[in-house]
Amino acid sequence: MSQLVLDKLKETFGAAILETHSEFGDDTAVVDPAKWKAIAQFLRDDPALDFDMPIDMCGVDYPNRLPRMEVVMHLYSLKKRHRVRLKARVGDEDMDGAELDSVVSIWAGFNWLEREVFDMSGVRFRGHPDLRRILMYPEFEGHPLQRTYPADRTQPLVSYRTEDEAGMPLNKLEPFGHDEGMPFGRLGPHPRAEDS
Amino acid sequence: MSSDDTFSPTTSLTLDGNEQGFATTKVDALLGWARKYSLFAYPFVTACCGMEYMAITSPRFDLARFGAEAPRFSPRQSDLLWVVGTISQRQGPVLKRIYEQMMEPKWVFAFGTCASSGGFYDNYTTVPGIDKIIPVDVYIPGCPPRPEAVLDGLMLLQDKIARNERRPGVVKPRIDPPEQVRELVRLRRSANDPAELASRLQGPAPTEPEPK
Repeated sequence: MSQLVLDKLKETFGAAILETHSEFGDDTAVVDPAKWKAIAQFLRDDPALDFDMPIDMCGVDYPNRLPRMEVVMHLYSLKKRHRVRLKARVGDEDMDGAELDSVVSIWAGFNWLEREVFDMSGVRFRGHPDLRRILMYPEFEGHPLQRTYPADRTQPLVSYRTEDEAGMPLNKLEPFGHDEGMPFGRLGPHPRAEDS
Repeated sequence: MSSDDTFSPTTSLTLDGNEQGFATTKVDALLGWARKYSLFAYPFVTACCGMEYMAITSPRFDLARFGAEAPRFSPRQSDLLWVVGTISQRQGPVLKRIYEQMMEPKWVFAFGTCASSGGFYDNYTTVPGIDKIIPVDVYIPGCPPRPEAVLDGLMLLQDKIARNERRPGVVKPRIDPPEQVRELVRLRRSANDPAELASRLQGPAPTEPEPK
C-alpha cells in the first residue's frame, strides 16, 4: 500500500518525478517545480489517492547544493489513511528563481504555511492571495532560515538602552560570573569567543 | 496592661483608651511603607513562566500576605509590571509602551530567565533581556523560577521600596543543604517500612509485649 502513491505518481507524470524513496515507510517524491501544482491537483482529485488534508509545508536551505532551496509538502488522506511527502528544489545561490505555484486554491490550509515558507526561507509563491510575512514583522529584512542570514544578526524594533542611560552594566549582573549562567544574548562579545 | 511583672510576648496589645503618644517618621519612609504593601500588578505574561505565575497567584502561596494580590489589566492602574516569559523583538514596542503608560512610581519584575537575559534564545527573534528596553527592579532567574524564588523577589522589592532604592536586585538561587536533602530522601524511602519510619520519627518502634 505504501508504494501505491509513488507508483501512481510515476505512472502519471513520468519524467516530472525526479526521484522517489520510501525511507522507513515515508513515501517521498522529489518533483519538477514546474509540475508542482499539477501534481498537487492530481493527488487531491484522484479517487484512489484522495489527499484531502494538508499537514505541513516548510523550506529547507542546502547552501552547497543547486538548486539551493527545497520546499517540502506533507499530505495526508483521512479516508485512505496514507501520507506522502513532496519536495521541489528551487532557487540559485542568490535565490533567483525561488518561485513555486501556490497550492492555496487546492488546499486552503496551505495559505498560512506558504506565507511562513516565504517569511522564513524567501520562496515566493505565484498566485498566493496574500503573500506577506506571517511570523516576523514587516520591517524585518531578509529571511532568517536562509543559511546566509547571519546567526547573530538581530533587528530590534526599539533601540536598546545604553549603559549610560541605564546607569548600570547591562552585560552581566550578579550572581553571574564569567563562567556561570547562560552567556547567550548578552551584549558584547561572546565569552567563548575569547577562549578560541 | 496586665499587672503581672513577668514579660510575656503577645501578638496583640489591649489598650484601655487612656494612652497618649505619637510616633515619628519621615515622609519618605511613611510613603515607602505604604507603597510596599499595595502593589497593583500588571501581568505581562507571554510564555511558559505564566504557569508558574498562576501558581503564585493561587491561594497556596497567597500573595495577599504582601498586599500584591490584585492584578490590574490596565497599565494606568498598576504600579508593578510583571514581565513573565520570553519577549520577542516583535513584542518589544508593546512592552515599552505598556511601561510608559504606567504611572509613577512604578516597578518592574523580570520573571524568569528569558525576561532577565533572553535565556537560551540567542537568535534573531528574541530580546536578550527586557533591561535592554525598560529598566528592571528585580530579576528572578529560573526556568521557570520556583514560587519561593518569586516570593523572595517580592520581598526584595518591598525592601527596596521601603529604602527608596532603585538599583536592580537579583534573587539569588537557594540551595538546600545536602545533608538535609539526604535525610529527606531517607525519610521518604523509609515510608514503605512503618517500623523504620516510626523509629526515625519518634525513636525506636514500640514492641509488642511478650504474651504471658
